[in-house]
Amino acid sequence: MTARGFWPALPALLLLFIFFLFPVVRMLGFSLEGGSLDWYAKALGEGLYLRVFWNTFEIALLVTFFCLILGYPLGFLMATTTPLWATVGFIFVLLPLWTSVLVRTYAWMVLLGRNGVFNRLLIDSGVTEDPLPLLHNFTGVMIGMVHVLLPYMVLPVYGAVRRLDPAIVAAAEGLGASTWRIFWRIYLPLTLNGIFAGAVIVFVLSLGFYITPALLGGGRVIMIAVLIEQQVRETLNWPFAAALSAVLLAATFAVYSLAQRFTRPQEAT
Amino acid sequence: MERLDAEKGMKQESAELLIEGAGKRFGEVAALDGVSLQVARGELLTILGPSGSGKTTLLKVVAGFEKPDTGSVKIDGVEITALPPARRDIGMVFQNYALFPHLTVERNVAFPLEMRNVAKPEIVRRVADALALVELAGYGQRLPRQLSGGQQQRVALARAIVFNPRLLLLDEPFGALDRKLRETMQLEVRRLQRRLGLTTIFITHDQEEALVLSDRIAVMNKGTIQQIATTTEIYERPANDFVADFVGESNIFHGAMSGPGTVALEGGRTLQVKSDKPAGAKVGVLMRPERFASGGANAFAGEVIEAVYLGTSFKLRLACEGGLELLVRQPARGALPAPGTRVAVGIDPDAIHVF
Amino acid sequence: MSRRVLVVACGLIYLFLMLPILVVFPISLSSAPYMQFPPPGLSWQWYERYLDDPQWIEATWRSLYIGTATACLALGLGVPLAFSLVRGKFLGRGFVERLALAPVIVPTIILSVAVYGIFAKLKLIGAWYGLVVAHTVLALPFVVLVMVAGLRDFDRGLEHAAEGLGASRWRTLTRITLPLLRPSLVSAGLLAFISSFDEVVVALFLAGANMTLPKKMFDNILMEIDPTIAAVSVMQILLVSLVLVLIGRFGRGLSGSAR
Repeated sequence: MTARGFWPALPALLLLFIFFLFPVVRMLGFSLEGGSLDWYAKALGEGLYLRVFWNTFEIALLVTFFCLILGYPLGFLMATTTPLWATVGFIFVLLPLWTSVLVRTYAWMVLLGRNGVFNRLLIDSGVTEDPLPLLHNFTGVMIGMVHVLLPYMVLPVYGAVRRLDPAIVAAAEGLGASTWRIFWRIYLPLTLNGIFAGAVIVFVLSLGFYITPALLGGGRVIMIAVLIEQQVRETLNWPFAAALSAVLLAATFAVYSLAQRFTRPQEAT
Repeated sequence: MERLDAEKGMKQESAELLIEGAGKRFGEVAALDGVSLQVARGELLTILGPSGSGKTTLLKVVAGFEKPDTGSVKIDGVEITALPPARRDIGMVFQNYALFPHLTVERNVAFPLEMRNVAKPEIVRRVADALALVELAGYGQRLPRQLSGGQQQRVALARAIVFNPRLLLLDEPFGALDRKLRETMQLEVRRLQRRLGLTTIFITHDQEEALVLSDRIAVMNKGTIQQIATTTEIYERPANDFVADFVGESNIFHGAMSGPGTVALEGGRTLQVKSDKPAGAKVGVLMRPERFASGGANAFAGEVIEAVYLGTSFKLRLACEGGLELLVRQPARGALPAPGTRVAVGIDPDAIHVF
Repeated sequence: MSRRVLVVACGLIYLFLMLPILVVFPISLSSAPYMQFPPPGLSWQWYERYLDDPQWIEATWRSLYIGTATACLALGLGVPLAFSLVRGKFLGRGFVERLALAPVIVPTIILSVAVYGIFAKLKLIGAWYGLVVAHTVLALPFVVLVMVAGLRDFDRGLEHAAEGLGASRWRTLTRITLPLLRPSLVSAGLLAFISSFDEVVVALFLAGANMTLPKKMFDNILMEIDPTIAAVSVMQILLVSLVLVLIGRFGRGLSGSAR
């Protein structure tokens, strides 16, 4: 009985074992080269690399924060508007989501560059004389990453608000609660799950981001993923890359499983 | 005319079903506990019971969706207990019809024939016949969602009989219909079943429906068959409290035989009955509300505590002497007795059932 | 009152979301030889340059067939897997489910480096089927999520009905179950295709000299900002729009599947 319906899963499982689990485990094994933890000591001990980890966490936290304050209103509006507007809203969220990260990154370069659209507008309107440094720095990376990850925040919030029983809101309105009160006392607490789910996804995805910091950071903003890539391709230092990967993976799973522990009991009700 | 022709094509030898000692447990719960029954060729047997009584499990065992832990199922003497549903040749109408939403009415009805690799021209002919039989000729190209509930029901019926099944199973098929449509469909199904001579098992929790449709009724509770008998038998002479209470309205009391033809009820009151049970035997007594008259061998006088007007009759709840509470139906004549009014009724010994 | 504030704020956020998508349209039609905004005049020159450059065209074709092959493989493996997850009862099902969804959570850079290590040994760098396999690992979670949702909503009474009416397991699957799951299959397949068609990081490591479209774009962005890439971007956006329209028309679970 314990094997009912197992066989259809086998081909996919084989693929995942051979081309996912095995390579990842094998690579992580490199980090223990010579049976010592030296590479981990280097990754977590040397100030230069510690800074990269710190940078990564800082960026991930900030990105999560901005996605939250931008994503919640969007998800909320989409869930409470008419079906037609909700559809339009969906298109505006899903089109960017599925558009290549490269297209979007390129577009931000066009918008934010020294001679880009924003600086042109700012200089032409006389707000500033010299172009603002918006690209190849922290600001550029933040804007690019928030743009890429915002949809991952909007969709869970939308789902959470939609699941809310409109009768509860109607009841609160009927009892004379003001719009703000309804938001703080009803919507916010009852959609915490969705907020939390979205925030965790955004945070976890931010930790491993590569393309946006690589292109918009201009070599000045180094995140872990960029560091790993450099170690493999430029210095061919596999053991160190493996140690960095192991730390990144551990952080990712730690956040994820912590989040799961928090959401599980709530999901059950 | 068209209808008669269609029938000729459908008429075929139906089978006889025999279930022996069927048992099925789900963990601690016995869904079926040694159920045995026989359905004769061309008979319509209703399995009647509340939800959780095991009737659905029994249906699944017959259809082949569940394998019983013990016992056997035989069609025409051939054991089919281990046969997969696809090879049992049983037509089924499901609770929510289970019409295939992506196929037209025609393709839905053709489905069982296609599965049996029937030749194309014959499929066309038989589908047309079946649709004519349920009076849906001309609806073949529609999709199920374009039909009303009653029409969907007919399609499901056509699909279940088009391949000349050896047995027809109806699983609460009228549940989703409104009252009026339900009554029409009940009569229609009954007529069709009789004409085609289809051996049929009908599952329901609705005792009224069971009385209207069936040749015989098997009342189920807690995984066992409480009584299996003709409709009148079930209604007039239920085998136990459960059957008496579940089928129709009833006044049930308990007591013991105190002499030939007399029962002493638990409250002290004695009743004249027609029964040859020996003195001292513990018995149950059933009096149907409509069997009370203005007078009779057993007289009751009581105070009305509740009175309901039902169009053709009054339904009265009486508090009688000795703490007895009686449910009585009287023809609706004159004014509805107000609560507090004293009313005298009576019942003859042969209208009382002793079990 | 506060609703109006919300609507205005959301308008600005939508603008933020859509701006990068809108801005590439005028630039792709620019007559200037380098990136300039607003464009001094209109021309098709960047589209012509794209179409005349065999490297771009080759990269496009490669991405198209790698995406198609990935979608097929991901469906072929992911659909049975979803059936197992929803309907099976076996030891370790929870583990299998987590493993199948893990590629979304595990940073792509780690997967890329790890698979790169293996493929370098096997001399699979640059092989298109190597990329297909790696992309399938990434696409599998989308297929599993969409199909699991579809199967959970599926009315199994219809399968019982089909079996009761004489259909074998196989015919029930091919005549009833799969046709009814078609919207989910369409969504899953298109999402798998797009996820591969857009994928950069794995391609950077595994594609070698055989460029996929995203890798070619990545290299171009690093080297020069030439409006050809705007033309490519416009075409990419149009393709994604087409896919979204197809999902909206024939698919299911657009919003749920994107999670």
